[in-house]
Amino acid sequence: MKPVRKLASLAVVGALALATASCAESERGDGGEGGGDESTFTFGAAGAPEMFDPLYATDGETFRVTRQMFQGLLGIEPGSAEVIPELATEWTSNEDGTEWVFTLRDDVTFHDGEPFNADAVCANFERMFDQNEAGQVAAEYWGYVMGSFKNDPEGSLYKSCEATDEFEATVTINRSTSGFPTMLTLAALAMQSPKAMEEGNANDIAAQGEGFSFPDYAQNPVGTGPYQFVEYDQADGNVSLEAYDDYWGDAPASDKLTFRVIPDESTRRQELEAGSIDGYDLPNPADWPGLEESGNSVEVRDPFNIFYLGFNPEANPQLKDLKVRQAIYHALNREQLVQTQLPEGAEVATQFMPSTVSGYDSALEPYAYDPEQAKQLLEEAGATGMTLTFAYPTEVSRPYMPDPQQLYEALRTNLEDVGIKVDVKTASWNGGYLDNVTAGKYDAYLLGWTGDYDSAFNFIGTFFGNLKENDFGTEVMPWGKKLADDLQAADAIVDEDERATAFEDLNRQIMEEYLPGLPISHSPPALVVGPDVEGVVPSPLTAEEFSTVSVGGQ
Amino acid sequence: MTPMSYADRRKERIDALAAGSVDETPGVSLIASAWRRLRRDPVFLIGLAITVVFVVLAIISPWIAPHDPAAAPLLDKVRPQSNPVPGPEAGFPLGADDRGRDLLSRLLVGSRQTLVVGVVATLFGLAGGLVLGTLAGAFAGRVDSVVMRIVDVMLSVPSLLLAFTIGALAARPSQTTLIIAIAVIQVPIFARLLRGSMLGQRSSDHVLAARALGVKQHAIVFRHMLPNSLGPVIVQATLVLAIAIIDAAALSFLGLGNPDDRQPEWGQMLGRSQEFIYDYPHLAVYPALCIIVVALGFTLMGESLREALDPKTRR
Amino acid sequence: MVRFIVRRMLQMAGVLVILSVLLFVWLKALPGGPVSAILGERATPSRRAALEAALGLDQPIHVQYLRFLDRALHGDFGASTGVLPGEDAFHVFLIRLPATIELSIVAITLAVALGIPLGYFAARRKGSLLDSGAVVFSLIGVAVPVFFTAFLLKYFVAVQWQLLPVSGRQDARLDATRVTGLFVLDGILTREWDAAWDATLHLILPALALATIPFAVIFRITRASVLDTLDADFVRTAESKGLTTKVIRGRHVLRNAMLPVVTTIGLSLGGLLAGAILTETVFSFPGIGDAIAQGYREKDYAVLQVLILASAAIFVIINLAVDIAYAIIDPRIRTR
Repeated sequence: MKPVRKLASLAVVGALALATASCAESERGDGGEGGGDESTFTFGAAGAPEMFDPLYATDGETFRVTRQMFQGLLGIEPGSAEVIPELATEWTSNEDGTEWVFTLRDDVTFHDGEPFNADAVCANFERMFDQNEAGQVAAEYWGYVMGSFKNDPEGSLYKSCEATDEFEATVTINRSTSGFPTMLTLAALAMQSPKAMEEGNANDIAAQGEGFSFPDYAQNPVGTGPYQFVEYDQADGNVSLEAYDDYWGDAPASDKLTFRVIPDESTRRQELEAGSIDGYDLPNPADWPGLEESGNSVEVRDPFNIFYLGFNPEANPQLKDLKVRQAIYHALNREQLVQTQLPEGAEVATQFMPSTVSGYDSALEPYAYDPEQAKQLLEEAGATGMTLTFAYPTEVSRPYMPDPQQLYEALRTNLEDVGIKVDVKTASWNGGYLDNVTAGKYDAYLLGWTGDYDSAFNFIGTFFGNLKENDFGTEVMPWGKKLADDLQAADAIVDEDERATAFEDLNRQIMEEYLPGLPISHSPPALVVGPDVEGVVPSPLTAEEFSTVSVGGQ
Repeated sequence: MTPMSYADRRKERIDALAAGSVDETPGVSLIASAWRRLRRDPVFLIGLAITVVFVVLAIISPWIAPHDPAAAPLLDKVRPQSNPVPGPEAGFPLGADDRGRDLLSRLLVGSRQTLVVGVVATLFGLAGGLVLGTLAGAFAGRVDSVVMRIVDVMLSVPSLLLAFTIGALAARPSQTTLIIAIAVIQVPIFARLLRGSMLGQRSSDHVLAARALGVKQHAIVFRHMLPNSLGPVIVQATLVLAIAIIDAAALSFLGLGNPDDRQPEWGQMLGRSQEFIYDYPHLAVYPALCIIVVALGFTLMGESLREALDPKTRR
Repeated sequence: MVRFIVRRMLQMAGVLVILSVLLFVWLKALPGGPVSAILGERATPSRRAALEAALGLDQPIHVQYLRFLDRALHGDFGASTGVLPGEDAFHVFLIRLPATIELSIVAITLAVALGIPLGYFAARRKGSLLDSGAVVFSLIGVAVPVFFTAFLLKYFVAVQWQLLPVSGRQDARLDATRVTGLFVLDGILTREWDAAWDATLHLILPALALATIPFAVIFRITRASVLDTLDADFVRTAESKGLTTKVIRGRHVLRNAMLPVVTTIGLSLGGLLAGAILTETVFSFPGIGDAIAQGYREKDYAVLQVLILASAAIFVIINLAVDIAYAIIDPRIRTR
């Protein structure tokens, strides 16, 4: 026993010595205990942010944070998907829609004191365009909307940027598209301080193992927004932001903004009820009534998504017959599905995009639930008793499909009612499901899409605009090429009204003549905040700005 | 008591049990004397009662369950928002789960899959342990030391971490991967147990006698040594079953369980209930209570069996 | 002694290398992974191929493993893709480790503070109501899944009665200075008493839940050990010498009974790691266990791989340390 005692006392003495010797300084500011009279809005996040350079961000948790610190040339009207001026006050283009002149605000500074001007805008565009190998993959949204980077100028939508005046930037693009300049509302393409980016080697991103390692800048972001970055405490999963004193617009309602990572859904709810966070995103619909009962407000956003059943005629040739696809559509009781399986505010879809997008054809009627007609169509097509390999993802909840298995079971029952044999397939969302869908392994599958910005092409163009690579296997259909070409052509129309009409026509054709997949529903994602929180404006694009949010009536 | 490491402690616990099969004349007297004491042991009787009820339930539940556990008679009442979990009503004394399936039927029939997971995992673990343990115990020498190295390495990792790792390595979680994950952590336990018991018998009178009579090696192993190890194996299996059922629940909770819930299983029901735990905690409490009671039953029975068979307490 | 340690270290290194190869090859063979996680609905075959090429995932598996080894030897274990995206996987381990250490220390302290006295008094009054009650209690403790205990504690104490915080390590609104990563200690060192107090409150519930595992073990070992000692010859001798009960209990029984208990305590620390996976998940307590569970959910294979290896290593090291400590305390063991 004795040596133990000796050891123990030695350890205690050592620890004490260490503690007194290194007695650390508190790094708290003058605010002292608890932060005094500063107001803080604390939001519960579902996952850790990737980093804070929006260009390399890919997920909603990261964008939610960067959106408070960064702004784009164009903004989004709070509460809608409409484009409004932000850092640019106005913009005009030449006749063929390839040269765009942006007039900039002249009263904006970055958080590091640097001025915001046309040079800064062009520095940003050039920086985003000029990415190394890792950066080209990590800058997921730029690649997605612009096509390619500096080493492949042919494939790129972006061509050049020129500072034509101190507060006037001219951006040239290679072809006209409906996506430009609307795509400048994307959080990923926000304006960042050129000086800070240079000092922090913002472009020095590298692949490391299966992920990316990010440069210093990504941990010290500098933007123009109402809030500036303070720190990211990885040990406890907290991101803190504070109001930027020289912000050009109205000062934010809360002095501080904190994001706290709580991966478990039911724990987020409990934390809200306990009052240690002031809100969180995507509450489980089952929790809505309970949350409201205890005084919280559930803010339901307008649906800006589409949930669909995709087909792959390549995997199952019977699906090449339009009658078979129509039969399956008539077999689905979507009215009941929306009522019983989806949260309040969900709608039956009539086409592959929500009604708020321009190019939506309001004249289209939903395919009726009619099992008899379904059976008849199947018989006509000689496909009675056909087998369908039909898949759904596990371990995932998307805004358009809160509980995939539950939705799947309802649809499967519908299919079996008309005599279709369903071969049930399943895989976890990022553990094989998406791989299998893109690789065309399933005859039919459940998937969806949330719009990035107000553009018809962002929906149907994504689905069918790329003939070689799309999840619907339209390449093997006789009309596949025509549809892709028509979509590209419509996208290139410069005049907005003309373009909207073209997309309306295409929507009708897709639903009546092609039916490459079955649009099922649109669901409203919600956001919940505590009883004393005011000023939250829910955004259909889930692009809420928290600068108007106050806690406790301050 | 000599000090020992974690693995040593686990080893000694197992070895003590193995010793139970050695020093007494095998057969009736051992069982009879144990039974004589167990019959009057209330702890054992409670454990036995719980176990019997559980096993009987697992067998007959499909016939006594009021509804098909996979059917969703109350699906029409499910509203994801206003009524995600339908409450009790006539014919559905406990209400339904979030997919409109009768909760009572699922709990009843759930006993079956729970038993299947526990028993099959234990059987697999036993089979693996049997192979390794017999190899080591029957041949001793080099085979023994190689096999025991493997077993010791497995014993030196916390069992749930090992099970989690194995489960995580499956391409897709399923009931099979769950069973395998749990079975693997039992292999070293049974292996060590059987080896200890056999090594002990190698020099016992009846084996020496058989050998002197010219009985072949494999016959000695299978006819004489193995059957004599049965007592401690059964005790260990009872204890392991309880742990298997709890571990299955833990793995389900972590997302390593069977994603297909048409055939209910308690661990899976408990794991899946997390989503509704705030407003509908009964979805978690019922299966949890079932697991606790059954695990307790097996533990009580196993612990009293162990005590009854322990040569130290018998003296 | 030195040879003993060296041999054990070599053995451990061998086991870890084999484990790392197995983990690496196996995890690679799994479908999905970081590429799907990054691309989501925007995935197309060509985008997927580009991402895989950039991450080197298109190489044959042995090339990938050699690269991994090469990088690992330079202290680069691959970047996390889900738990702390962009952070080196080993760094994730270091960031998350203090939380688990803090939690384990409190849990083991609770288990000792409850288990030893209870075990001692249960043994002193063997067969009494206290004894059987405590035994049954410890058996129930074994039969209740840890995450369910954790859930009950959270639901009642934190949510219904609002006595303690629900989850996490510290209130996000506290502006606390970080020094060691052990939040309570940090608060004391920097004299930010509110931060230290808040971190302490956050520890209580997860530690209580986690403590149920070692508590049951410590209680039973104490009880058994005290019973053994009470029966031992030297206690009988002491009794026959007419020593007072107080002296016997204090000097002989307790001291001799404690030896195995002390080992158990040391060793339970390693076993806590497994329990931490469950407890930390329930309390969203950002430690190693939570990271392992989250790494699995999000297919963050870099983190999963490093954390499993590191946990196994920690466990083996603790075992080794206990063995060495014993070899020092008790010379008899060296002859084994």
